[in-house]
Amino acid sequence: MSHCYINSVGCISIQHTSDQTQFLDEVVIYDKNVIPVIPPNYKAYIPPVAARRMAKGVKMGVVASNLALKEAAVESPDAIITGTGMGCLIDSEKFLAAIIDNDEEYLTPTSFIQSTHNTVGAQVALGLKCNAYNFTYVHAAVSFESCLIDAQLMLNEEEASTILVGGIDELGPITTKYHELVHHVKDGEIDTSKLLDSKTSGSIFAEGAAFFVLSDKKQESTYAQFIDVEIISDLSIEALQNRVHNFLDQNNVSSKDIDAVVLGNNGDVDYDDYYKELQTTIFADTQQLYYKHLSGEFSTASSFGFWIASKILKNQQVPDVLKMNIKEVKTYKNILLYNQYRGKNHSLVLIQSC
Amino acid sequence: MNKGVAITGMGIISSIGNTVEENYNSLVQSKNGISKISKIKTRHKDVIKVGEISFSNDELIRQLNLPESNNYSRTALLGVIAAKQAITNATINEGFDCRTGLISATSVGGMDKTEQYFYEYLTDKKNRKYIEGHHAGDSTQKIAAQLGITDFVTTISTACSSSANAIMLGARLIKAGKLDRVVVGGSDCLSKFTINGFKSLMILSDTDCAPFDENRKGLNLGEAAAFLVLESDKIVKNNNKKVLAYVSGYGNSNDAFHQTASSENGDGATLAMQKALKISGLKPEQIDYINAHGTATSNNDLSESKAIRRVFADNIPDISSTKAFTGHTLAAAAAIEAVYAILAIQHNIIFPNLNFKTAIEETGIVPVTTIKEKEITHVLSNSFGFGGNCSTLIFSK
Repeated sequence: MSHCYINSVGCISIQHTSDQTQFLDEVVIYDKNVIPVIPPNYKAYIPPVAARRMAKGVKMGVVASNLALKEAAVESPDAIITGTGMGCLIDSEKFLAAIIDNDEEYLTPTSFIQSTHNTVGAQVALGLKCNAYNFTYVHAAVSFESCLIDAQLMLNEEEASTILVGGIDELGPITTKYHELVHHVKDGEIDTSKLLDSKTSGSIFAEGAAFFVLSDKKQESTYAQFIDVEIISDLSIEALQNRVHNFLDQNNVSSKDIDAVVLGNNGDVDYDDYYKELQTTIFADTQQLYYKHLSGEFSTASSFGFWIASKILKNQQVPDVLKMNIKEVKTYKNILLYNQYRGKNHSLVLIQSC
Repeated sequence: MNKGVAITGMGIISSIGNTVEENYNSLVQSKNGISKISKIKTRHKDVIKVGEISFSNDELIRQLNLPESNNYSRTALLGVIAAKQAITNATINEGFDCRTGLISATSVGGMDKTEQYFYEYLTDKKNRKYIEGHHAGDSTQKIAAQLGITDFVTTISTACSSSANAIMLGARLIKAGKLDRVVVGGSDCLSKFTINGFKSLMILSDTDCAPFDENRKGLNLGEAAAFLVLESDKIVKNNNKKVLAYVSGYGNSNDAFHQTASSENGDGATLAMQKALKISGLKPEQIDYINAHGTATSNNDLSESKAIRRVFADNIPDISSTKAFTGHTLAAAAAIEAVYAILAIQHNIIFPNLNFKTAIEETGIVPVTTIKEKEITHVLSNSFGFGGNCSTLIFSK
């Protein structure tokens, strides 16, 4: 078994995360339910001609991957593995609208070309002239975790030494409207800092991109060690505790060894019970953290959680805005992440300081 | 030498047949499934040629006994049909007593429903149940539910190479001992989105496609689903399972040249084939048959031919593309062609490359154009996609 170190991070979100030196020093609170990212300085990373053809998700992905590669001082990784739940929504919607509005005539291919789910992975490879292994996972809330599984497999089987992984999802205006119609987006506007008190269905929707360089070699920039990941497609609340215990057992840690648990609570009164099940039992005496009031909900929002956990282990400090309970922690060694969306696609991730 | 990962079941539905047997019969009778669009409401109906599956959605829903309230896209319906066949073929009836996973691939997902109700959703509640079925993971989720797979379930989407990568990941997980059994494959239905997309790129042929022909005019699209069951050596041994063939090699590389076009000399394709040969431990001369990507676009067939020349030099094995039978079935293509590779190995037969007349001048590759019988031990199968994604699989007896 190889070690798997998180050697760098790069994050674009609805917070000021593109400044690598900060860790939620200045938190932005919103009073809307659909929130676009705070745009980074795209021009610094993408030539204007290329940028014109790129939808926002592709640009976010290119910038976030750039940040991560730069911090890890990697020119060309041995693998590029991306995850996206909804893919390139903006170009998909654009092409679809053009088909319908023009009754299938006078179509130009640009948005069709850019609409495939692997566009971000492809554009990153193209930018780096990187012929390496290139995969894209598109499985809802475990799209990013599927990347982690693949990366871990590659490192363990010594198929690669340096791997770029990342999760990207962009907001598409029409798809967002659909999600409002089926009430997956909360009705009525709410203060994002009070997300967990909302007692209503649905969540707040956003977008983002978080990339990481994973490697079998530790270096000065290393944040933490990624220990293990598990995805569970279908799981009842009753079976959850058992699965968490099994996961911890497999990794030779007990619930007492977990210094903080990072949970995916998104304020959806219909599904946050999964988190409550752990908050009131196994991890009742553990520091409980959440982040979706800062990232918003999207298929790869858990990559923002992975960014949070990496930052905590490196900085050995937790911004108060993440805390759900009051619990003194001196040093952070083990962090467990748990996420699910609408009761499906559960993931457990364990990372450790080093 | 390690034989590779055992394949113990397969299932398929395509325009040339609703079962493995029907597909085989069409292949050996040179019966293609290409006809003018008849089932999709589009202005290209009765004009553009595609590979359509004969069953309507209603017929598929009846076959699967789904309640009227279901929100299955056609991609999900086709996927469930093929995956269930694969499970039956692998004689899995003892339930899932071992670590079982599902890895599916799709490019359109639930796009067929989204394009149908694109504006209607906004004003009419009636069909909003399909909104949740749009994302690419939804069809996989439904296949998992139908098969009773609850843990490891994921989806890959790398355009036209997607299901090659699903098979590759499955083989790697079995090899590493992470799973004992995994159902791998892909599903894509025809949609106005892809028909118009490829049309706008001007790479659709106005007649039956002719892979590797000097005068080829482009591709025909198709719809299909196919799945394989991969099992660990331990499961095979303990249950005395019949092995259909082995996944012995796999390679993935990115062409890093252009979002949709392949590089002139097929750099990514060359690397993918070389990696797959390395993993399998085989020498190029041990490959008995290449099932090519061979979409019949001007760009792909030339670039793939050059890549094959780079890997095999002057000893190019028998080669054919089966795209003229089925059309290009996008994310499902590599999975249906995996089934054809296994059939080639089982029956010691090479399926013809239909509609070929003249070799591409620059590379001179002449594919097999009539049924050819010979001993087949190793088949190399190529699949390439938008975004420069190049994948090669090797199947062995």
